Amino acid sequence: MTYFAIRNISKSFGGLKALDDVSFDVAKGTIHAVLGENGAGKTTLMNVLYGLYRPDSGGIEIGGQHVAMRSPRDAIKHGIGMIHQHFHLANALTVTENIVVGLGSPVKLLGLGAQARRIGALCEELGFEIDLTAPVWKLPMGMRQRVEILKALYRGASILVLDEPTSVLSPSEIGNFLAGLKRLRDAGTTIIFVTHKLEEVMQVADATTVLRQGRLAAERRTTDTSTAELSRLMVGRELRPMVAKRSGEPGEVLLACIDLAARSDRNTVALDKLSLELRVGEVLGIAGIDGNGQRELAEAITGLRPLEHGRIEIAGRDIAELSARQRLHETGIAFVPEDRQSTGLVLDHSIATNLMLRRFYLAPASRRGLLDRSKIASSGKALMERYDIRGRSAGQSAAALSGGNQQKIILAREIEAAPRILIVMQATKGLDVGAIEFVQRKILEERDRGAAILYISTELEHIMAVADRVAVMHRGRLSETFVPGEITAERMGLLMAGVSLAAA
Amino acid sequence: MPRLVDVIVKLRTVWATLLALALGGILILASGADPLAAYGALFHGAFFDYWGLSSTLVKASPILLAALAVIVPLRAGLYNIGGEGQIYIGGLFATLAGLSLPPLHPVPGIALVVLAAMAGGALWAAVAGLLKAFRGINEVIVTLLMNFIAIHIVSYAVSGPLLAEGAPYPYSEELPAWLRLPILMPQSDAHAGILFGLAFSVFIAFYFTRTSHGLALDIIGRNPKAAQYAGLSVRRDMVIAMMAGGALAGLAGGLEVIGLKYRLFHLFSPGYGFDGIVVAFMAEANPLLAPVAAFFLSGLKAGSNIMQRAAGVDGTIVEAIRGLVVMFVAAGLAWKFHGSSVYAFLQARRKAANHPIGAADP
Repeated sequence: MTYFAIRNISKSFGGLKALDDVSFDVAKGTIHAVLGENGAGKTTLMNVLYGLYRPDSGGIEIGGQHVAMRSPRDAIKHGIGMIHQHFHLANALTVTENIVVGLGSPVKLLGLGAQARRIGALCEELGFEIDLTAPVWKLPMGMRQRVEILKALYRGASILVLDEPTSVLSPSEIGNFLAGLKRLRDAGTTIIFVTHKLEEVMQVADATTVLRQGRLAAERRTTDTSTAELSRLMVGRELRPMVAKRSGEPGEVLLACIDLAARSDRNTVALDKLSLELRVGEVLGIAGIDGNGQRELAEAITGLRPLEHGRIEIAGRDIAELSARQRLHETGIAFVPEDRQSTGLVLDHSIATNLMLRRFYLAPASRRGLLDRSKIASSGKALMERYDIRGRSAGQSAAALSGGNQQKIILAREIEAAPRILIVMQATKGLDVGAIEFVQRKILEERDRGAAILYISTELEHIMAVADRVAVMHRGRLSETFVPGEITAERMGLLMAGVSLAAA
Repeated sequence: MPRLVDVIVKLRTVWATLLALALGGILILASGADPLAAYGALFHGAFFDYWGLSSTLVKASPILLAALAVIVPLRAGLYNIGGEGQIYIGGLFATLAGLSLPPLHPVPGIALVVLAAMAGGALWAAVAGLLKAFRGINEVIVTLLMNFIAIHIVSYAVSGPLLAEGAPYPYSEELPAWLRLPILMPQSDAHAGILFGLAFSVFIAFYFTRTSHGLALDIIGRNPKAAQYAGLSVRRDMVIAMMAGGALAGLAGGLEVIGLKYRLFHLFSPGYGFDGIVVAFMAEANPLLAPVAAFFLSGLKAGSNIMQRAAGVDGTIVEAIRGLVVMFVAAGLAWKFHGSSVYAFLQARRKAANHPIGAADP
């Protein structure tokens, strides 16, 4: 029983066909996954559904009727609620205010109290624990996403479109979230769930549409398929098995952090007497829920955040007095930051410039203060080939690339610096399977070269795949370290929730 | 076709200017004059008449430098609204240097006066740069308010310590004649100051595209977080960009003294610093377009007097037309479209008009 249908939609940007004649049907009251690698056209499709893009051809049917989707206003009118990967919330307003803002006529009283009660009831129904009076900027990312979902549902959405909804959630939140999706479906909501996480598709979706390079690659009922098959359909090839674990032993301690204390941008305690040791040729994984001081730890080590207390030593030398620039070029600390678009890249600049972002002021990129543009361009071209960065040319702006290719720019740049210490933060966030594999393989290559790697991530399975030792960060402190495989996911989850193992 | 659309979009400042002039034509018509005759007088008087052109050049000299004084900090992400004040301080420093120099050859003499003017403007702007970089204080407010301080410092100086003997009006002693800039157009006031502006336009364009420090400033302007991550000295460079802006405006003030007035007058700049802001935005912060925009705005100012006399258009209407140009240009720049996206939009519209979405298949 088709309720919602995509009919022959095509959409191009410049010369690139982002969607090429895509059609599929969604039955009422089901969860329909749209699966695909980054750049497969998922986000474009979602934006077409929501009226943000107009398709070059094709259209949308709801309940057998053609629907003109000229703007998000039309989409809302037809009961479509969209949860974007990047949130559209007013950070200074409270949860309730964000949910009701824009509702009703401008002259009508908001009646915030009554609306807050209705929103509260909705939360209970969904099993969402959320403080409705908290301003949004105080909430962690997972909570902000709930606000977005509540906002759509509160507006009476009967079709919910979610773009990569779990990419910002912690493992414990994901289970809760998926259960909530099932409850929503059972209540009659039709859910279109865009993702590249196979396990989640298998867990909750009733049917799956696989996109590959803008085209419909396959359609499957979840009961008739497997993770392995979906993965193959999505990537278009068999995934290589994970690079074999290390053979040699880690060397001496290279980086020692002793009693680090630092504050976050909001002036709260972010690092609380944290100590760690990192050895030559090892990957130390730092797990933990987003917002427990991981960002501040990385920034403190790289010199981007002042320390209130504590010492950072590299091979026994205190580097407290060194600037970020000195730590980069003199002590060899490379850093893949969490926020690739706002910190890791200057989006307006070319791929070639971004590949040189942290050394354009040094030879050979510049001599006597003058840039050698041909050298920057040629080395950019070479790196694009070596790291499989897919863009039209090295002169193209970084903004035009997909997330995976943007991450490859950063990775290429940091690895090319041949660092002694590589700090990698959320390197695989939002990437597709192929790109994740690439990133992880590069990191293990660096380890084998002898770099000491701090691998910070909220995605547990990725940490387990690359780390030699793992510690969990909670409220600015670090747990003891474990060897992956010697700790169960359950114990890990408890540590992430702040329950110490002794107590557990 | 896409290329044509791209060119049309890139020239939007020109279209905006023409639209503003067209609307201004209606105003002229309403005041009872002939718009074509009035505009003919304006442009002839501004660009095609010997005396008019010299008067345009006289105004373009400080306006161009004041525009560059906005552009350099703007590329590094800072708004310098203090060009006017920096012009005054530059004029003051130039005067102090010029009056205290022993007799010298004109070349080193003028060089020293120019350096003094630039140093004065740079120091004045450094206050805002330092407060912004190290204390996060909004540079717009600091530079704006420091304008008034600078204007009054100069007024005080020329009515007190620097007041020329027997002067009927607050101005300083005359600078020695060997410090005067050469005149470009004989018999007129058009002095060589404009050459400084043109030289700096080229130099600044070169600096931002070809030097590593220029690229560093540009990265700071576009993404200060990434700049810090890249290992750039964001704070130091913010101060440097602001001081460079101040130096350029200070130079504008110094050249007014040694090129045009030969003394320091109180209220000697009729808002050139603010004209510079307009020119910087008209040129879209491109140093190579700044001379064109500065020349145009100066012409509008110079030609408006002639239009007033020749076509009998009231002075207030000239003011209104100038305001219209600024508003239209600003509105045109608020359009953040690129040619290719406008072209795609037009294509999509054409398609949609021929085949409405959903109407094609049953």
